[in-house]
Amino acid sequence: MKITKIMELLNAECLVGENLLDMEVDQAFGCDLMSDVLAFINGKTLLLTGLTNLQVIRTAEMTDINTVVFVRGKKPVKEAIELAKKNNMILLSTNHILYTACGILYANGLKGIPSRGGA
Amino acid sequence: MVNEQEKNSIKLEYEIIKDDFSRAGEASSNIKKVLRQLGIDSKAIKKIAIVTYEAEMNIVIHSEGGKITVLISPNAVEIVARDNGPGIKNIDKAMEEGYSTASNKVRELGFGAGMGLPNIKRYSDEFHIESKIGEFTILKMKIYIQEEV
Repeated sequence: MKITKIMELLNAECLVGENLLDMEVDQAFGCDLMSDVLAFINGKTLLLTGLTNLQVIRTAEMTDINTVVFVRGKKPVKEAIELAKKNNMILLSTNHILYTACGILYANGLKGIPSRGGA
Repeated sequence: MVNEQEKNSIKLEYEIIKDDFSRAGEASSNIKKVLRQLGIDSKAIKKIAIVTYEAEMNIVIHSEGGKITVLISPNAVEIVARDNGPGIKNIDKAMEEGYSTASNKVRELGFGAGMGLPNIKRYSDEFHIESKIGEFTILKMKIYIQEEV
């Protein structure tokens, strides 16, 4: 799914990476636990989170996540925005809560990452 | 005496400071960049990045500070994360998913879910942990690399 489509569906604002919005993601993961992100992520994944600190961007960097959606109207701290710019990432912000944001994207065809047990 | 393996290797070393959350992850970020410049297979890079980042966060969160050393050779990358204590009381427990001794402050950062060591083990091809109470914890990880096809 194209990032522009995600922005439209979530009524999201782009905080960083306006020149990269043509990119696409294949799947999504919604989570506030960065260790779980590190445990589960694979492939071109969209991360939805309510966590706004620097470690979100570091975690994304380590797992090759290029796009992060901050839910509940949250905006990341300044240092996180700077680091995201340096790493050519896209940061979006939506007023939807995590559950709703994930639901909207799922209903429009963006699947979650496969669970470890294969379910 | 330098052995054959070390002669053909690149060694990186980073000091990791206790509780320095603003710089936590910088070492792993640098390591990842070096591996990319060397043209190492991207799947291996991702595994190494996750392993070094979890190990780095562990030193920042749980220890008195320490050091991460990375030895890059043609067939494998070895990572040694050594801290200056306080050591792990029960290693078997620490290796269980979901077991954590992290503070609420750490949990607010999105860590302390008890996934750190299990994640490190999962992404490593070889894994060894040793700890002595009051002295140190050492993690030794090896990740095999294949030439990019």
